[in-house]
Amino acid sequence: MKFAILVNEGPYTHQAADTAYHFVKAAIDKGHEIYRIFFYHSGVNNGTRFTSPPQDDRDLVQNWSRLAEEHNVDLDICVAAAQRRGIIDKDEAERHGKDCHNLAPGFRISGLGQLIEGGIQSDRMMVFGD
Amino acid sequence: MSEEMYEDDEYDGIVKKFMYVNRKAPYGTIYALESLEVVLIGAAFDQDISLAFMDDGVYQLKKDQDTKATEIKNFSPTYRALEMYDVEKLYVSKDSMDERGLTEDDLIVPVELVSAEKMSDILEEQDVIFSF
Repeated sequence: MKFAILVNEGPYTHQAADTAYHFVKAAIDKGHEIYRIFFYHSGVNNGTRFTSPPQDDRDLVQNWSRLAEEHNVDLDICVAAAQRRGIIDKDEAERHGKDCHNLAPGFRISGLGQLIEGGIQSDRMMVFGD
Repeated sequence: MSEEMYEDDEYDGIVKKFMYVNRKAPYGTIYALESLEVVLIGAAFDQDISLAFMDDGVYQLKKDQDTKATEIKNFSPTYRALEMYDVEKLYVSKDSMDERGLTEDDLIVPVELVSAEKMSDILEEQDVIFSF
């Protein structure tokens, strides 16, 4: 089955992000396709490389990045939700005159159209949130 | 809304039933506002769109919202613009309205009040459900 995933909550605040990650891992292991993972609301916080969890805890942001690298999974972050919450890539940082950028490897800033497209092109949209 | 619009004819032939389920109060959290942003962007894709309002989500459609003192934008007039985007199917849980002492006259747009059973049937028919 071809899944699209929507993650609506941030890491370390809400279990939705962990559950989404474990779902995606399990789906890939079972041979399913992940068409796209879209991060919205505070879910955009899954994509900041500045996250520094304690050493004895899981590193969810790094896990997402590794997933993108190993399985070529598309990690899309909503630009409007990201700008509100201070998640920016290099281009956005330059455009808004910020002194640094924090988008984690494997993620890209995109628009809500990508979420809708995920709903159209996948067999099933899974929403992880509150 | 600030996002670029997408081409209407990009997904020739695929028309799915998209449902946006709104369960949270309009203020207090950003879910309602950001849900509306998805609805407006999604309207450009020529899909079969419905909105459902239940639990505290019914307050999103309440008339006479005044947010001045909170310095948060009152975005409720946007619901009135949905018609222009051909988003016309708004289903509201009758139970949630009753529990909060609200009637159709309290809402800023025409809606269809539905029973829990009818709401369940409508949800069952959908291809894609976004729950916010």
